[in-house]
Amino acid sequence: MQSSGFVSEAVRRLFVGPPVYYAWMALLTVAAVIGITQYIEQLQRGLVVTGMTSFVSWGFYIGNFTFLVGVAAAAVLLIIPAYLYDFGPIKEIVIVGEALAVSALLMCMMFVTADLGRPDRLWHLIPGLGILNLPQSLLGWDIVVLNGYLMLNLFIPGYILFRSYQNEPVNMRFILPFILLSIPWAVSIHTVTAFIYNGLAARPFWNASILAPRFLASAFCSGPALIILIFQIVRRYTGFHVKDEALHKLAEIVAVAMAINLFLAGAEFFKELYSDTHHLSPLRYLYVGIHGKGLLVPWIWTAMGFNIVAFIIFLIPATRKNFTTLNLGAVLIILGIWIEKGIGLIIPGFIPSPLGRVWEYVPTRVEVLVTIGIWSIGLLILTVLLKLIIPIEKGEFTRARQVAA
Amino acid sequence: MSNDIKVQSESSTIDDQTATKAEAREEPNSPLPTARPTRRSFLAGAAGLLGMMALGSCSWQEFFQQHYQRMTAKEIDEVVERLKAQYREKYGQDFVVGTEGPIDGTLFGYALDIQRCIGCRRCVYACVNENNLSRDPQIQYIRVLRFKDGTMDFEESEIYYNPDDVPEEGYYYMPVQCQHCANAPCTKVCPVRATWTEPDGLVVVDYNWCIGCRYCMAACPYQGRWFNWGDPSVPKDEITTQTHYLGNRPRMRNVVEKCTFCIQRVRVGKYPACVEACPVGARKFGNLLDPDSEISRIIRTKRVFRLKSELNTQPKFYYFFAT
Repeated sequence: MQSSGFVSEAVRRLFVGPPVYYAWMALLTVAAVIGITQYIEQLQRGLVVTGMTSFVSWGFYIGNFTFLVGVAAAAVLLIIPAYLYDFGPIKEIVIVGEALAVSALLMCMMFVTADLGRPDRLWHLIPGLGILNLPQSLLGWDIVVLNGYLMLNLFIPGYILFRSYQNEPVNMRFILPFILLSIPWAVSIHTVTAFIYNGLAARPFWNASILAPRFLASAFCSGPALIILIFQIVRRYTGFHVKDEALHKLAEIVAVAMAINLFLAGAEFFKELYSDTHHLSPLRYLYVGIHGKGLLVPWIWTAMGFNIVAFIIFLIPATRKNFTTLNLGAVLIILGIWIEKGIGLIIPGFIPSPLGRVWEYVPTRVEVLVTIGIWSIGLLILTVLLKLIIPIEKGEFTRARQVAA
Repeated sequence: MSNDIKVQSESSTIDDQTATKAEAREEPNSPLPTARPTRRSFLAGAAGLLGMMALGSCSWQEFFQQHYQRMTAKEIDEVVERLKAQYREKYGQDFVVGTEGPIDGTLFGYALDIQRCIGCRRCVYACVNENNLSRDPQIQYIRVLRFKDGTMDFEESEIYYNPDDVPEEGYYYMPVQCQHCANAPCTKVCPVRATWTEPDGLVVVDYNWCIGCRYCMAACPYQGRWFNWGDPSVPKDEITTQTHYLGNRPRMRNVVEKCTFCIQRVRVGKYPACVEACPVGARKFGNLLDPDSEISRIIRTKRVFRLKSELNTQPKFYYFFAT
């Protein structure tokens, strides 16, 4: 009775909104359906429909996966100030960050599945039924930490929202251990993802200990940048109270993270350029091209430019606090990190190949449309979550009101 | 001395040596179903999603088949019978699908005389034939690298060399295939243990257990692993019917495969196909645990090296100089 009241009210709320909401949902649905049809073509014909080859055996899907793990991990930057430092302005909005983490994680899982040659054999990964190769395989560990993080990010906000819906106080003594656990766990998902690549001696481009720190630094740029944009959209369309203070605090975090990110990139540049060994080849392929091939060169310089411009914007208080420049900076960072950590990280790992071949990779139409489809499904999930979470947070959608109605 | 022998080389153009699926990319006029997402194809696909294991020739038994090392002898027999029926239907011939295990006291090793190799690629094509490697998209377990004399830089090497006669003046050749590492990075990373090292040292794949994530391909420093991006194809009249479950039995789409030192041959006392095919006797194979074997003698008495020894992969594939 009670739960059916919740469900029917939730469904009703999902179908009510301003015209721009309908347009947004329709757009995402169309893109999602196109992506699904393309994925079905991939299932029917095999991965031959992608641009991947024996030389470059991971591509666009894994690049997007890597970027999104960072977005999911960045929720920790809201959790720490909210729950540990009790920073009011962020505490009020932390739940939105957790919803973003959930959507990002689901997108990660979709990207890995899209990349899989035999999704029909996914059950082989289930311990007991199949075999999960622990502790040896980092991919095995990644499955464990990503699923664990998903559970935490469903459970913590789920509990808080349920209490809020019931108009009951949150039992902090009960939930705090889970919140504390979610902090190192967030770090772990991105560290383990970095270790997937980091552990491969065959790929000198990835086999550098700086990889995991760089992953975290860049994630702490792109994640909060995305959150800054989402909060403004939410504030504009839902009347949800998001203080400027919270956004400016996030922008400060981005500035620091970007400084560290650029510093770590510089450290890596120095090591490779000064020692000038064969390990320099993938970096040269990425930034200047080798043997007359360099499809990624314009992309990586674009990313570099975006990151530096955004860094300056976020560093200077005047531009950081001006919403026009702040938003410009946020968009530049998201695009910059997406290039740097997506295609810019995965593809040069394979070029040149271990036997010295320079075989380039370009994603096909199927890969691009499936990718857009997965992003659309992720944004659909995020929109639905926010559509339900925010009224509960605002106290408009509670059990008492349901009963009264 | 090897320069005295002139052999016509097996031709290799980019098309047939790349063994990527580049050539399998869809052509503008491809007769294959193209990607126009019509509603009908969408609905058909949605239904197909559920019955995905029905794609190709996958049955319920195949879908629920356990890991090779977890199956009982009886279960393996059933699987072998099922595979034989499947192959008979597809290729119109009776197959042998062997399940011979490792022989006690055997650890297989390989040695290649880099001074003697003339770069003719006879080994490449003998391997393709013996191991039922897909012709289109093309897979070749052995890559022959050509180096200029005085260099050993992979980036400067050439695999698409194509002269009328080999060997060529001023060059030497280095065939590379799976190195069957004692400390294999590829088996370690597999999330489902679909690939492992057998007690006799062969690194094998259970094609029916591989989920197609390709982590092993990223981990291999020798490019020793291959992926069936599309449906593998072998002409009916060129199929080798004497097979092994962990070796050259016909493969399926979207799984990884690799050189097994011809497990189907070496476990019944034969040499790998590449060893037999070599016209100059550059390829040596045998039991590393037998101190009197040819391979053991070569390692003991010749100057040998292993590729990328700095990575500590400890290959059981040695390159040597006979003189």
